[in-house]
Amino acid sequence: MYVAVKGGERAIDNAHDWLAEERRGDPSVPELGVAQIREQLALAVNRVMAEGSLYDPDLAALAIKQARGDLIEAIFLIRAYRTTLPRIGHSRPVDTGAMACIRRISATFKDAPGGQVLGPTFDYTHRLLDFKLAADGETPEAKTGAGLAPEMPRITEFLNREGLIQDESTCDDTPPDMTRAPMEYPAGRALRLQALTRGDEGFVLGMAYSTQRGYGRNHPFVGELRIGTVAVEMDIPELGFAIEIGEITLTECETVNQFMGSKTEPPQFTRGYGLVFGQTERKAISMALVDRALRWEELGEDSDGAPAQDEEFVLSHADNIQATGFLEHIKLPHYVDFQSELELIRKIRTEAQAGARKDAAE
Amino acid sequence: MSDYNFAYLDEQTKRMIRRALLKAVAVPGYQVPFASREMPMPYGWGTGGVQVTAACLTPDDTLKVIDQGADDTTNAVSIRKFFEKTAHVATTEKTRAASVIQTRHRIPEEPLTADQILVYQVPIPEPLRFLEPRETETRRMHALEEYGLMHVKLYEDIARHGHIATAYAYPVKVEGRYVMDPSPIPKFDNPKLESAALQLFGAGREQRIYAIPPHTRVVSLDFEDHPFEASKADHACDLCSARHTYLDEVITDDAGGRMFVCSDTDYCAGRQATGHHGRLSPQEATA
Repeated sequence: MYVAVKGGERAIDNAHDWLAEERRGDPSVPELGVAQIREQLALAVNRVMAEGSLYDPDLAALAIKQARGDLIEAIFLIRAYRTTLPRIGHSRPVDTGAMACIRRISATFKDAPGGQVLGPTFDYTHRLLDFKLAADGETPEAKTGAGLAPEMPRITEFLNREGLIQDESTCDDTPPDMTRAPMEYPAGRALRLQALTRGDEGFVLGMAYSTQRGYGRNHPFVGELRIGTVAVEMDIPELGFAIEIGEITLTECETVNQFMGSKTEPPQFTRGYGLVFGQTERKAISMALVDRALRWEELGEDSDGAPAQDEEFVLSHADNIQATGFLEHIKLPHYVDFQSELELIRKIRTEAQAGARKDAAE
Repeated sequence: MSDYNFAYLDEQTKRMIRRALLKAVAVPGYQVPFASREMPMPYGWGTGGVQVTAACLTPDDTLKVIDQGADDTTNAVSIRKFFEKTAHVATTEKTRAASVIQTRHRIPEEPLTADQILVYQVPIPEPLRFLEPRETETRRMHALEEYGLMHVKLYEDIARHGHIATAYAYPVKVEGRYVMDPSPIPKFDNPKLESAALQLFGAGREQRIYAIPPHTRVVSLDFEDHPFEASKADHACDLCSARHTYLDEVITDDAGGRMFVCSDTDYCAGRQATGHHGRLSPQEATA
């Protein structure tokens, strides 16, 4: 006897209780604190802030805890929270040239004013599991050296002075806000960069990698990669001047790309640009490569028709919250549609088989 | 949940959505871009429908939420709970008692009335999307009323299979102008798109809203020699014996046993309450 499936409500409540229990894990193991996540899983926190488009390490750490370490789920929590916040205004453009860097490297020059600063990087570590961390986790204190150079001028500016690199035109237009207006194509560079900086790290990485392997090739060098803190200033209308409202960590990457010239531009180097919240250098470099690939039209290049050169393709698939939602929604019930397909297939098959029998008889 | 505004969205956002809705009603079948917000449920779970419902609800409304025609499917339960919590509106499972109905994949069997709003959740609002993936192109095609590609597709279906091989999300032409995706309702429901109720469609991820105002002409695309046919399983409901409703096929054992039941659970329950019995009704089994 068939009993109509009831109890969706109870099932949901029970699933949530079970989830909460699983999230906590074995209660004899001490619970993770949000501060521990913020301090010791800082790169995960950075990714959640970058793709969640909200700079708040404590909330990002909380989201990671709540999401059981599923970073896309954590990003989703942050995004859903972000939309409930009023938009009170916008800051002045941050001056990354005045960044207090903890890392600053250039691959195009052996040395440059301000120096090469490795900073806290995995780059030259040997990827050997450190079993000592499993035992006690205590690390020796890092040595403090002489202070960093107070000024670190932008490396691409050295090329710019010689006119060897394409000049970036300045623009005082208020940039569009993709969280407040529907996406329209062609999007323009400001909107593209906005979409890329909150785009999925894996997707942007894959797109960037594809350009290196020949799909829209534009050979890049890391002209400069810098990570550090910048002041955020905001004009307060009541005061009539700007005040500093806080400090954020950013990763900025400028690539220098070969360019043989086009109908409209002389032979020169060109640029790709990446700027991401937190210490997120894989993402910033990827973003710069994809940005450069998408600039083919404004630079008068011919498109190879490569995926990374296709603005609508890249921008409409870069968001992991949209992607994961639509992908996973196929697990919701679809039995009404499936039933209609079932009827159609049965009908077409019956007719096809009847037709085949008729042919055989003749 | 007093920390959130009535029906979750802030008033500015609701105003933005209402503007898009007004435009959609003024240009039936036209997809109006709107600044869809990130909602606390995933894209694909009905974020577009939820935003449209939030923008339409007043404290006096009575809300019904269905998924696959049923009020008790998990996602319908979840969305209904969301509005109970954030808007404190009355909810119902009775089609007749509802002033706003949010649906996924079905139109209720009972004809809707002029004082009702039906809100659809839409995954892909663009009927031409699977023929042309680019939004820039499809917008141009709509602007120029260039629908040849769609007719070619339907014709090729007939040439290849003898039928138009679209069983749900069957394209329609609205008021003789825009070709529109009615959302993934089975084509059985297409004739109900001509209704006394206001029908609103929300696609959150794709940031589009569109509408069919009351009594608008909605024609399912077809050919003279292959007219549109609203098909369903050729059975009667095993619980209420209805022959005119859309049926779900339910597998009852591992030996090929199956039964057919109305997908509209409220309609089926209503018929059973008024004495209609089907082949497998509990009443008959005990009698």
